[in-house]
Amino acid sequence: MSVIIAKGISKTYDPDGMPVLALQRIDLEIREGEFTAIVGPSGSGKSTLLNIIGGLDKPSEGMVEVGGHMITELSDNELIDFRKEHIGFVFQAYNLIPVLTARENVEFVMLLQQRPKAEREARTKELLHAVGLDDKMDKRPGELSGGQQQRVAVARALAPKPAFILADEPTANLDTKSTENLLDIMAELNREEKITFIFSTHDQRVINRARRVITLVDGAVASDEKRD
Amino acid sequence: MLIKMAWRNIWRNKRRTLITIASILFAVLLASLMESLQKGAWGHMIKNVVNYYFGYVQIHQKGYWDEQSIDKAFALGDHLTALPAASSHIKGLAPRLESFALASTGNNTVGVLVIGIDPQAETRMTKLAERLQRGNYLAPEDDAALLAEGIAERLKLDVGDTIILVSQGYHGVNAAAKYPVKGIVRFGSPELNKQMVYLPLLAAQRFYGAEGLVTSLAVNIAKEEHVPPVVRALKRKLDPEHYEVMDWPEMMPDLLQAKALDSAGNYIVYFILYLVIAFGILGTILMMTKEREYEFGVLVAIGMGRFALGFMVWLEIILLGMLGALVGIAASFPVVWYFYVNPIRFTGDYAGLLEKFGFEPIFPAAFNAQVFLTQAIIVLVLTSVLAIYPVFKIKRLEPVHAMRGD
Repeated sequence: MSVIIAKGISKTYDPDGMPVLALQRIDLEIREGEFTAIVGPSGSGKSTLLNIIGGLDKPSEGMVEVGGHMITELSDNELIDFRKEHIGFVFQAYNLIPVLTARENVEFVMLLQQRPKAEREARTKELLHAVGLDDKMDKRPGELSGGQQQRVAVARALAPKPAFILADEPTANLDTKSTENLLDIMAELNREEKITFIFSTHDQRVINRARRVITLVDGAVASDEKRD
Repeated sequence: MLIKMAWRNIWRNKRRTLITIASILFAVLLASLMESLQKGAWGHMIKNVVNYYFGYVQIHQKGYWDEQSIDKAFALGDHLTALPAASSHIKGLAPRLESFALASTGNNTVGVLVIGIDPQAETRMTKLAERLQRGNYLAPEDDAALLAEGIAERLKLDVGDTIILVSQGYHGVNAAAKYPVKGIVRFGSPELNKQMVYLPLLAAQRFYGAEGLVTSLAVNIAKEEHVPPVVRALKRKLDPEHYEVMDWPEMMPDLLQAKALDSAGNYIVYFILYLVIAFGILGTILMMTKEREYEFGVLVAIGMGRFALGFMVWLEIILLGMLGALVGIAASFPVVWYFYVNPIRFTGDYAGLLEKFGFEPIFPAAFNAQVFLTQAIIVLVLTSVLAIYPVFKIKRLEPVHAMRGD
């Protein structure tokens, strides 16, 4: 069953009165539990597509349905709620809240969801254990390595029990060992919890693990390869 | 969690936070000290003028205050002497018979205010006896005068000398008499020091030809806040067709106006001071907002509502402002206290200048919680207004653009 349906989406940026076409009439369907990599050269529209699927940006044309929600028709506040409940984001630069500890960072989104304290605490412990950071729970981001920060970011993305994880170049700043470690965690979550993962990446290590690879060139789908 | 985050965010850039707090601290310190000195100086002056002579409330015959003539003297009847029963706040009455006279000795002549007083009632209210510098205080049956120090100096009189008083008495009778100087008193107010001559009430009534009459009844009230209920009680008791009951602001509007004028000057200085501080805080806010645009984008992206985010940032700025105000108040306390205990005393030419304008050259600081509270409120209002900027930015923030750094 397709959980993400994008039809005819185009995106034009017009920063200085010079329109730039970032996406051109893209049609895309992603099924539940897919582990997909969106690849392509810089400026090919990977991040733009990911942002539109995640409700962070709106297409200039076309519609996007995610998990049964027609997100292209949602208001700004509805989109914030939608992201909070359904999407987990992992960013290239980790983007943890610097003044919160690893534990508090993971707990934060659940707090926004107004989950009970006991549930928040239990899930935070469980997730940080899952990403191998039991002993770093009370460290702030500045006290963690890049790989550890990205693992906290993954735990944070998973905390609200999202149906989708969207990861924008999640391994760009990580060494090989940290990358492999992170991908193992994500693959396991994908397998066991049926979470749909979509990566935008250049990283061959990520591409090698993906079961579907969509290649974008100049804002259009150049190829869509499914692997078993 | 929001409060915790706001607090921790304040300390993310310690140096900037400390500089902002320091600027607020100095503004609060300076403003608190200025206002305390101003309030203290005026309080001291009002205390001198009101408490040591006029009294907080006076009763006159109707129309006396507008046309202060001895012809508007009135008989001190039983219904008036029984007035202290009208309110528990009234500690007593000080009857007075006042008019202007010329005082002379040898070739020197000065205009003076000759006041007939009940010596005991007067000292209970104005502590006149404690102001005695030389000689003795008056007794009711005396036929002698008590001079303010300024007059004694001007007429070169001392205890035991004779002063000659000439005036127009009640309904135009001639008033002329000579009195031995029994004592010299000193007033804090230079204005009072230059014009007061006291006689016992009976002697003054004989001098003015106004036997049994007084021109005013000063009402002895322990605390200024009791003035309104006492005025209300007296107005209920006295026939408004015959008597007027006046509190000190009504009797001395010039004093209040001068105070208001002085305060207005200070408010301009406060305005400039806080304007400078406002720009300092605004600079911090602008830098903080710009630096954290990316973070704000991330927070909105992961599902934090704009209202909650705006509130958190607003709270940060308010906390920063209040922290500065609290540190400023804490620093002001000992400084203001020092000047409260050790008033500034001007000497030399500047003291002379102040005296010329009727000010005692002593500036004690008022130690009043309201002064510090006002500073805290000003900083709170200032930071609340300035904190609208990041809230406005967050409201319009596009997470994708913020995270791209557009």
